[in-house]
Amino acid sequence: MQNWIGLLPAFPLAGFVLLVLSRGRMSKTAASFIGAGSVGLAFVLAVLISIEFLNSGAQSFSKTLWVWMQVGELDTGFSFYLDGLTLVMILIISGVGFLIHLYSTGFMADDPDFARFFSYMNLFVASMLVLVLADNLILLYLGWEGVGLCSYLLIGFWYQNPANGYAARKAFVVTRVGDTSMAIGLFLLFSQLGSLNIQEILVLAPSQWSTGSGMAVAASALLLGGAVGKSAQLPLQTWLPDAMAGPTPISALIHAATMVTAGVYLIARTHVLFELAPSVQLLVAFVGLATLLMAGFTAMMQRDIKRILAYSTISQIGYMFLALGVGAWSAAVFHLMTHAFFKALLFLAAGTVILSLHHEHDIFKMGAMRRRLPVSFWCFIVGSAALTALPFTSGFYSKDAILLAALAHPTYGMLLWVGGVLGAFMTALYSFRLVFVVFFGSSHYAAHEAAPHDDHAAVVENTSPAMFFPLLILAGLSLFGGLISVPVDAVFAQSGVHEEAHVSQFLHTLMILIPILGVMISWLLYGSVPYEKAGAHLRQRLVQSPLGGWLNRFWFSGWGMDKLYQTLLVQAFLMLAHINRKDVIDIAFNGTAFVARFANSALVLTQTGNMRWYAISLVAGLVIVIGLGVFR
Amino acid sequence: MDFIPYEHGLILAAILFVCGLVGVLTRRNIVFVLMSLEIMLNACGLAFVVASSRWQHAEGQVMFLMILTLAAAEVAVGLGLIIQMYRRFHTVDISVLNEMKG
Repeated sequence: MQNWIGLLPAFPLAGFVLLVLSRGRMSKTAASFIGAGSVGLAFVLAVLISIEFLNSGAQSFSKTLWVWMQVGELDTGFSFYLDGLTLVMILIISGVGFLIHLYSTGFMADDPDFARFFSYMNLFVASMLVLVLADNLILLYLGWEGVGLCSYLLIGFWYQNPANGYAARKAFVVTRVGDTSMAIGLFLLFSQLGSLNIQEILVLAPSQWSTGSGMAVAASALLLGGAVGKSAQLPLQTWLPDAMAGPTPISALIHAATMVTAGVYLIARTHVLFELAPSVQLLVAFVGLATLLMAGFTAMMQRDIKRILAYSTISQIGYMFLALGVGAWSAAVFHLMTHAFFKALLFLAAGTVILSLHHEHDIFKMGAMRRRLPVSFWCFIVGSAALTALPFTSGFYSKDAILLAALAHPTYGMLLWVGGVLGAFMTALYSFRLVFVVFFGSSHYAAHEAAPHDDHAAVVENTSPAMFFPLLILAGLSLFGGLISVPVDAVFAQSGVHEEAHVSQFLHTLMILIPILGVMISWLLYGSVPYEKAGAHLRQRLVQSPLGGWLNRFWFSGWGMDKLYQTLLVQAFLMLAHINRKDVIDIAFNGTAFVARFANSALVLTQTGNMRWYAISLVAGLVIVIGLGVFR
Repeated sequence: MDFIPYEHGLILAAILFVCGLVGVLTRRNIVFVLMSLEIMLNACGLAFVVASSRWQHAEGQVMFLMILTLAAAEVAVGLGLIIQMYRRFHTVDISVLNEMKG
């Protein structure tokens, strides 16, 4: 089975090719069979490979399919490397990916571009599998850019609306900043170590660089730049909320469960480099902390159901970065896995809500959907409980591990821990705010407003098996996924063992109680029966006080980052472009054109149409050539 | 038996060639231009024959046969074109026919 590892990305890639070649003329049944089936096959294969790999007891397995390019010292192959970390990733990608594909067959059923949707999705899964299976950084970079491309294509999937195209471009350009940093990091690694094979680098780097040396710091900082861009961390997080313009299954698969965790994967994969640069590793922790707090505050103010989930994704990836920063590699990967489960669940459930309400996104126009959308309701309860890390859900175990590891950090332990717990408190606040506003209280949904021309604008939940089954599985995984142990100990064995933190009983209890407290406050503000009275009154007073109003606007806008970039970069660029309207460099090109035009008009003069003239020039030329030959 | 020195033959060929060339360059009637071209072709042929007799080689003669064939074909095509030209423009004066002026 392991020898067939190359088929893993090949299945979805074949699906992509088939769907593209059909040029939209394939029936929807066929397209969904190919689209979902190819990923399903990949999942079955991934499971078989995992069983064999885990039974064999080997630490790693690698296979070279063929040589890609061989230039000088650079020897890059299509070679795959399998170890515990890769195993977790391929199972998440193909498993969650398959469930989301299945869900999409129901969700996208009315879309005219059905086949195009699935072709992009399949290409995405193929690229993502290449990314995590790659044994060298060039192949990883191929997958890295592939997923970026698919993200762009899928954010702008409904391209008729210019706003979606803008969001897609924004995502592409912002992540490009990180990708460039990563590319420079690869150049640096190659020029210093002479290899881009990941395992070789992990062996060579500690032998050539001392801890904290300039090269190690530069290389890991550049790789961190790439990770920050892809994983939507500060300061490159602005693209992710806008990426919600795409169809909801996309948000579930790409912008929550898999692609955005590629940065976490990259850092975990090259963890040796980060251990060589403790300052950068600490930076990772603080980037994560700042991001999770910033996104938490922002999520509390949002009105769009998908934007709330987007900010919560940013915040949860912040937790993963925090874990990476304090060296709790397996905790980060564990949280990556549980997050994939419950965030996919939340997004898919949100998709069901949105679909039932005729593409209404504003949570304050929903309300009291508990009875009308029971399946979505229970999925949201389960997903939010896991997101909030209520005891015994999957998120509880992973977030617990991260916070304990943060507390164990020798110098900044307390600071990181307090920040993390504050983030957990806010997570509870915003996720249950979402639940209470959408599913409790009284209904604010006006059907005629959302779909004025639709006579059948009733709220009907779509519970076709294709959409129901993935929700059920994901809900199960969100509840019990915490019991799965990730087999990554061997991967991170060489890194320093983190001694079990001796946490006082008080701190541990506090850590468990704080999310519950958050849920209760959220209930008080949004969910309690006199929600229209007391809660609303309190909120009103908060918003109307000068500080509260300012904070509301500030947090709603995502800490003004969009505006900052707009002024600092976009408008500055536009101004420069305006000044340089007649491009200086154009002079050279226009000069070439002028010379060509002048020569043309000169040569046109020789074209007299007179046959005698041609004959004379012929003879003259002949005479000159012969003369050159004779008298030279 | 006296041979004609090959220099003489070549000089004759050169004179013929120049005659033809002058004809091509100066004549206005396209029929005469065509005839002058024939003279030039034959001058070449003569040069080939002279050369082949100088080096006692048959290839020059073979070449001349080929030139002859070529000339015949060329004349056939050329005359056909001239007839078409006359039908269309009612003139055979090439200095009038300069429609291809750039």
